[in-house]
Amino acid sequence: MKTFWQRFLLNPRVIVGLVWLASVVLVAVLADVLTPRDPFAIVGAPFARPGGALWLGTDSLGRDVLAGLVHGARTTLLIAVLSTLAAVAFGTLVGAVAGYYGGVVDDILMRTTEFFQTIPSFLFAIVLIAILSPSAMNLVIAISVVSWPPITRVVRAEVLSVKSREFVQAAVVAGQRDHAILVTQVLPNTLSPLIVTGSLLVATAILIESALSFLGLGAPNQMSWGFMIGAGRSFLRDAWWLVTIPGVAILLTVLSINLIGEGLNDALNPRLADL
Amino acid sequence: MGGAALGRYVVRRLLQTVPVVLGVVILNFLLLQLAPGDLATVLAGEAGGAPKEYIDQLRQRFGQDQPVLVQLFNYLRNLAVLDLGYSFRQSAPVLSLLLARLWPTLLLMGSTLLLSLSLGVGMGLLAALWVRTWKDHVISVAAVIFYATPLFWIGLMLILVFSIHFGWFPTSGMEDVVAFNEGMARVVDIAHHLVLPTITLSMFYLALYARLMRASMLEQRGLDYVTTARAKGIPERTIIVRHVFRNALLPVVTMAGIQFGSLLGGSVVVESVFAWPGLGQLAYQSLFARDFNLLLGIFFLSACLVVIVNLMVDLIYVLLDPRIRIG
Amino acid sequence: MSDPVLTIDGLTVSLPPWSDRKHAVSNLSLAIGKQEIVCVVGESGSGKSIMGKAILGLLPKPHVRATGGRIMLEGRDLLQLPDEDMRRLRGGRIAMIFQEPMTALNPLMKVGRQVEEVLEFHTDLKPSARRARVLQLMADVHLPDAERMVNSYPHQLSGGQRQRIVIAMALALEPALIIADEPTTALDVTTQAQILHLIRELQRAHGTSVLFITHDFGVVAEIADRVAVMRHGEVVEAGTADAVLRSPQADYTKALIAAVPGLRPRVKDAGTQMPLLVVRDLEKTYVSSGSFGRASRSVKAVDKVSLQLGRQASLALVGESGSGKSTLARCIIGLETPNAGEVLLDGERITGLSREQLRPHRRQMQMVFQDPFASLNPRHRVRDIVALPLRAQGRLDRAEMAKRVAEMLERVGLSAEQGGRLPSELSGGQRQRVAIARALVLRPRIVVCDEPTSALDVSVQAQILNLLAELRRELQLTYLFISHNLAVVEHVATEVAVMYLGRIVEQARTAELFRAPRHPYTKALLASVLTPEPGLGVPDVGLGDAMPDPANVPPGCRFHPRCPVAVAQCGSAAPAPSPRPSGTVECHLAA
Repeated sequence: MKTFWQRFLLNPRVIVGLVWLASVVLVAVLADVLTPRDPFAIVGAPFARPGGALWLGTDSLGRDVLAGLVHGARTTLLIAVLSTLAAVAFGTLVGAVAGYYGGVVDDILMRTTEFFQTIPSFLFAIVLIAILSPSAMNLVIAISVVSWPPITRVVRAEVLSVKSREFVQAAVVAGQRDHAILVTQVLPNTLSPLIVTGSLLVATAILIESALSFLGLGAPNQMSWGFMIGAGRSFLRDAWWLVTIPGVAILLTVLSINLIGEGLNDALNPRLADL
Repeated sequence: MGGAALGRYVVRRLLQTVPVVLGVVILNFLLLQLAPGDLATVLAGEAGGAPKEYIDQLRQRFGQDQPVLVQLFNYLRNLAVLDLGYSFRQSAPVLSLLLARLWPTLLLMGSTLLLSLSLGVGMGLLAALWVRTWKDHVISVAAVIFYATPLFWIGLMLILVFSIHFGWFPTSGMEDVVAFNEGMARVVDIAHHLVLPTITLSMFYLALYARLMRASMLEQRGLDYVTTARAKGIPERTIIVRHVFRNALLPVVTMAGIQFGSLLGGSVVVESVFAWPGLGQLAYQSLFARDFNLLLGIFFLSACLVVIVNLMVDLIYVLLDPRIRIG
Repeated sequence: MSDPVLTIDGLTVSLPPWSDRKHAVSNLSLAIGKQEIVCVVGESGSGKSIMGKAILGLLPKPHVRATGGRIMLEGRDLLQLPDEDMRRLRGGRIAMIFQEPMTALNPLMKVGRQVEEVLEFHTDLKPSARRARVLQLMADVHLPDAERMVNSYPHQLSGGQRQRIVIAMALALEPALIIADEPTTALDVTTQAQILHLIRELQRAHGTSVLFITHDFGVVAEIADRVAVMRHGEVVEAGTADAVLRSPQADYTKALIAAVPGLRPRVKDAGTQMPLLVVRDLEKTYVSSGSFGRASRSVKAVDKVSLQLGRQASLALVGESGSGKSTLARCIIGLETPNAGEVLLDGERITGLSREQLRPHRRQMQMVFQDPFASLNPRHRVRDIVALPLRAQGRLDRAEMAKRVAEMLERVGLSAEQGGRLPSELSGGQRQRVAIARALVLRPRIVVCDEPTSALDVSVQAQILNLLAELRRELQLTYLFISHNLAVVEHVATEVAVMYLGRIVEQARTAELFRAPRHPYTKALLASVLTPEPGLGVPDVGLGDAMPDPANVPPGCRFHPRCPVAVAQCGSAAPAPSPRPSGTVECHLAA
């Protein structure tokens, strides 16, 4: 029987995902060191092809695509991670309360959650940002507002299943207090599905953020991958790299997070992976 | 199950949709309260979109000086008679604008659902049959990649390759307007325009359904009733087709229903990439015109569409799964 | 034995390299004669089910494979047979009956169609002839209303009915051999007896041979002509059922037979009459709220139940699933809030108290749960699990707490080293010992035991029952013991209360109840008990096989629709409890 870490880290898909994601995180953290110039600064002639003095060429205004990519990594990751954290915190709270206390509280909270799951989420995010006006903060708000329902459902389902397990009843019979039971007995046993769902949510958040930025609803004055594609789409015929390069960056990053998330899932629930 | 029972079930499910629709309306109203400016100026397209008299008329209609709850009530009353307001940017009632743009979007959704479900289910089925062979790996890797690719980027790449490089498909629009095609020629022209947007929007869902179908097939194949069927001496192929497939399909149908809302969101992006004249493109335009009345109308209509589709999925489910109690 | 139908010769089945052992079955030989029922008995992990799958060619490929030996059926070696020939044999010459009737049928296909499938792939019968045969089979397995039954989906049938469908499938082509893998384990006791009866009857009528896989020597005594006892993939003892049951040779067989409780009443120390726990007119109704025009459904799980528990007595609540016995216990221990009635603990009313107010009373009353795999938090160490009640009650300092926990662990037979382990590192029996230690660490006076052995292997069950009995004497405990199995109860109870659909229908001292049951339901339950005594024959308890829907309790006597002796009065008036020497009984005919 292998341990969790063996199952997780010896999975080739996970290794690929971790290597790429780690590089992106490193680039994002070191953005100001790697390309100290403002990514919006004009550094050369417009439409310089990749492979020249500037590795990845320039865009329609003569801005460095590499600098955009590096700083874009920071914006995209930061917004995705922050909105996921907000969604996980809020979703866990709602799900844990609904699942543990049940009854009317559960009914009200779950009807609300279902409602938020029914309405078209991306359109809702667009409407939210259109009305709140685009900014990094509002992006985080909009993405987390449309992302929390799955977390709530996962946590509630887990809490419900753990709550009905006999060890929780045994804690009640032992005389442990409600909130202590929730914190020491129930929540630790809901952690693994929460980690898996949360990690996959980061990938979804990146996709939402880049689609919003692509539509021009991104954070103004912040370079981001979606924004670069949106700005480059008019020049598709003449400057293919403006769209292709940031798109590949999004694809690989989302892919690596999905691979890691699925690796976590396989490592935490080994019965499927082993057969 | 009798027809009468099914009828009662439909009515009950319809009643259950009322709170959702009402919720969307209230949410819309709350969003309007969040927007800068008062209700009337926001609805009239913020500054300068509408004549002063209209704004005053709106103020009067919603009772701008009244408490918020009264304003909400007035808002509800207008929606109850399908009065979604007037768009001054487009100089037309919101409702007629929406209805004009509805069918291109429905066409795109329909073709996308058809393509992603049939191909996704097919690929998932094959991957499960070929499990742990190189064919399974090819399908699974392709699905993982499609699953991670942003829609708008796929669209742009398809345009780059198939429209600009090969010139096989048009880059934008729904039909060649200067050709004045009629009858069959028009249908062919629209179908030609439909190909790339449909593929673009399908990729993600295709990957999702393929992965789900594969997992569902593998799970079902391990269940007791399959062992029973084997013990009866039924050929493996018949077991897959007759027993496993139908059971494995159920979660995919559920997922297709759940994903319809996100499909509508995806169409906003795809329609803006391909200049497809549907609701999504209208939303994109209203966004930058700050035409909130229109934007909220689209949001409302989309929510109604989702509710209707969910209802249809539930009905399909009743036909597929005898365990669903409709009585 | 003349002319065996099936001969297994030196069969070895290998497990994949990552398993904890190399072989699931090693060098196993066995023969089944014509019209013979051979029982293969063993606990979980003995390899008995793998052997059944190997005969049918249904081993989970590619990891589990038969690597040696022969399986001869009608002159052919099944292990050498091409897949297509093997498929034709399955359902045709060999058929199988499974353990779980709930999951053995395709939920989306009508049951008649599922039976018909067997004929479709093995015969040239026309559809009309196939349907006629299906109806005939339905009648053979005594399913009422065959026309309606064939058009039902599995979820519309009870467990017993589904198992009859599976049996009909197995019989469809009059196979030479039927393999039955624990076919009654998942069923209620009264249903179990009926299914065994049916298998025996059909086996005789059709001249089929049956390989019957089970863990239960009670079942063996009822049905077997010959027995093979398996352990760790090998046969440890084989012989005629009479010989093995009367004079077992292997120690393992002796232990297994001894583990099955018999029905010889013994004298017990009855508790003193001063009641420690009093339950008065307790009621618990579950209402599932209907939304938007769906009628709400209310189930009266416990219906005005009263009982008393004397000091150091041991009262067993017995009933089938759905009888309300667990709900009653959960109301008493305060895991559920009753709708009406009261519970007095040592004269003090504890119903209506909030969880917080109830906490101090927990010291008096603790519980041992059914499933030790679920009742221990998988993330906590044994020592912390046992210490939890002490910590929650918070009256001891660290050192004292550690001392109490260590003493308790030792008392239930666990080492200090095991105290530092996680539950996943212990066996089922050891885990149940942990659960018992946790229940007793507060030195309670009453312990509620909710089927504490039903999740354990038979050989472990006896150890746990003995431990509970010892502890009761030593610590002067009072037990409320919940079980679906009258035979288990006989060992641990001084008094027995039989529950049916939310009511206690009969209650008496253990010896008296077993010697002279008065209520027809108690009689049926007693008749359904399987004992390891050969030659008693399968009893036909004469009940319809499903308990009525608890949401629609029948009018009058709630047992009358299933009662073999009901008279007109039973359908109209509910019987009042009438006294019997050491208890009460609720029956018009017994009064």
